[in-house]
Amino acid sequence: MIWILILTAILLGISLLSLCIGSTHIPLKKIVSLIQQGRGSNEYSILFDIRLPRILLGFAIGGALSLAGVLLQGMFRNPLVEPYTLGISGGAALGVCLNIVLRLSQKFSSLTLPLFGFLGAGLVILLVYFLSVRRGMLKVQGVLLTGVMLSFISSALVMLIMAVSRTEDLHGIIFWIMGSLEEPNWFLIKAALLVSVLSLGVSYLFCFDLNALSLGEEEALHLGINIERSKRLLFVVASLLTGCSVSVAGIIGFVGLVVPHFVRMFVGGDHRILLVASFLLGGIFLIFCDTLARTIIAPLELPVGVITGILGGSLFVYALTKRGNRKL
Amino acid sequence: MLEIKNLICGYDSKFFLQDINFKVAGGELVGIIGPNGSGKTTLLRAITRVLKPKKGEILLEGKNIWQLPLKELAKTTAVVSQSPETGFMSVEEFVLLGRIPYYKGFQLLETKSDLETAGRCMELTDTFRLKDQPMNQLSGGERQLALVARALTQEPGLLLLDEPTAHLDITHQVRILDLIKRLNKELELTVLMVLHDLNLASEYCSRLILINNGQIHKMGKPEEVLTYQIIEEVYKTVVVVEENPISHKPHILIVSASG
Repeated sequence: MIWILILTAILLGISLLSLCIGSTHIPLKKIVSLIQQGRGSNEYSILFDIRLPRILLGFAIGGALSLAGVLLQGMFRNPLVEPYTLGISGGAALGVCLNIVLRLSQKFSSLTLPLFGFLGAGLVILLVYFLSVRRGMLKVQGVLLTGVMLSFISSALVMLIMAVSRTEDLHGIIFWIMGSLEEPNWFLIKAALLVSVLSLGVSYLFCFDLNALSLGEEEALHLGINIERSKRLLFVVASLLTGCSVSVAGIIGFVGLVVPHFVRMFVGGDHRILLVASFLLGGIFLIFCDTLARTIIAPLELPVGVITGILGGSLFVYALTKRGNRKL
Repeated sequence: MLEIKNLICGYDSKFFLQDINFKVAGGELVGIIGPNGSGKTTLLRAITRVLKPKKGEILLEGKNIWQLPLKELAKTTAVVSQSPETGFMSVEEFVLLGRIPYYKGFQLLETKSDLETAGRCMELTDTFRLKDQPMNQLSGGERQLALVARALTQEPGLLLLDEPTAHLDITHQVRILDLIKRLNKELELTVLMVLHDLNLASEYCSRLILINNGQIHKMGKPEEVLTYQIIEEVYKTVVVVEENPISHKPHILIVSASG
């Protein structure tokens, strides 16, 4: 329980820090006065139109990806599973590719880009699901293998499209794939926040199911858990979280894999704490990485996926070697 | 309490349990024995609702187990499997998982009675002193006791055990079975266990069901089932059956090939 308070405190701290730091430094005291003054100054714009949306989105996406990671790792009892293992990232990338190449954002609205990403993700998820269901039962190994295979196929198709596309399109595609928290559309930010937080609530209905599943599916059945229904619903929630995250922010890797493990090392395997702790740490991690990404070589920006990968990966390897394989 | 009617069950097309018919009355301690591959574990999986029968019915207190809600089933029947994965949780956390069938919809924390029940069950199995130890650091015998404790916290009327003495030394074999016998007597817990050791089955069970090639070969008291003719017929190995001087139950002595 203390962990949750600590994590919330760190979250607020990081958010405030992120508001202040940037290519233009805005000290804390000034923020207060800017809020009082209201809209008008350049700095107000930077705070509320650029930085705050990124922080909120970082919280939503970081939380969503970590939560999806916890749900999937609990469902598959496999520590290497992460949200993108289901092939969702490949499908979303494919959808976005088609959208960019067909110029749909210009012909219709800019909202078609995330929509196509979501549709692409959804299509892959449906494929994975229907290819893995045997006689009404969701075969867990089947899901993993099918997901990985579909991921490969989608990546190949994306590369095909990139090979035949024009340079301007290519730039758009690659930029999207690298992942970014920069999103001018408030509707999408609110949608992402809503989906993430609601999913966290829904996941809590399954915390005991997840605890029981950690003993194995047969054992969970003996404890009275309806494992098929639980697996199906967890699958849907995890897919929704990942699909939304990917369509709004692109492919930001490592968060869904690394954060749950980290949290597990400190709070153990009880999902009642694990769910919210992972959500919070995911938010913290992503906000931190994003802040780093936009300040380290200011005024240029690194893609946030680069930072999450390098930072997350190295921290994880370090922690792993230090603590041994004790609490994995 | 438990009634199996005309059961036919198996995996895909390979193995079938045929025409299984038997009843287990409340308060009985019944053992299921048979050679490897005879269908003992298949039968247990059918009874625990893991395997769907091709034909026949399994009735618990008169109700078909496939028509009972899973949580109801978990409150009446508890299963002690053969070495499940347990992860790194403490013994207390593991035993408390047995209360899951009793948690209501939005309940997140265990109630006081849940904690008390778990405590009582750990005391019964002498695992209370281990309650904060991680499960993966327990010895084989202690783990088995913890598994029984978890099954007991489900407050079942029927306890099903799959080879509870596998991989245990004789100290722990006796300890576990003495415990089960005590629970059967004191708590009036009906017990159905799959055992591979014929002598332990003879010693502890009031009734034995001998399964061979997917069918019930013989059912009855240990003296009726464990005769050298029947054992040689089923296990295809020469044995001598004597009487245990203390309990007067049949005791099987193997006859090795070299004599």
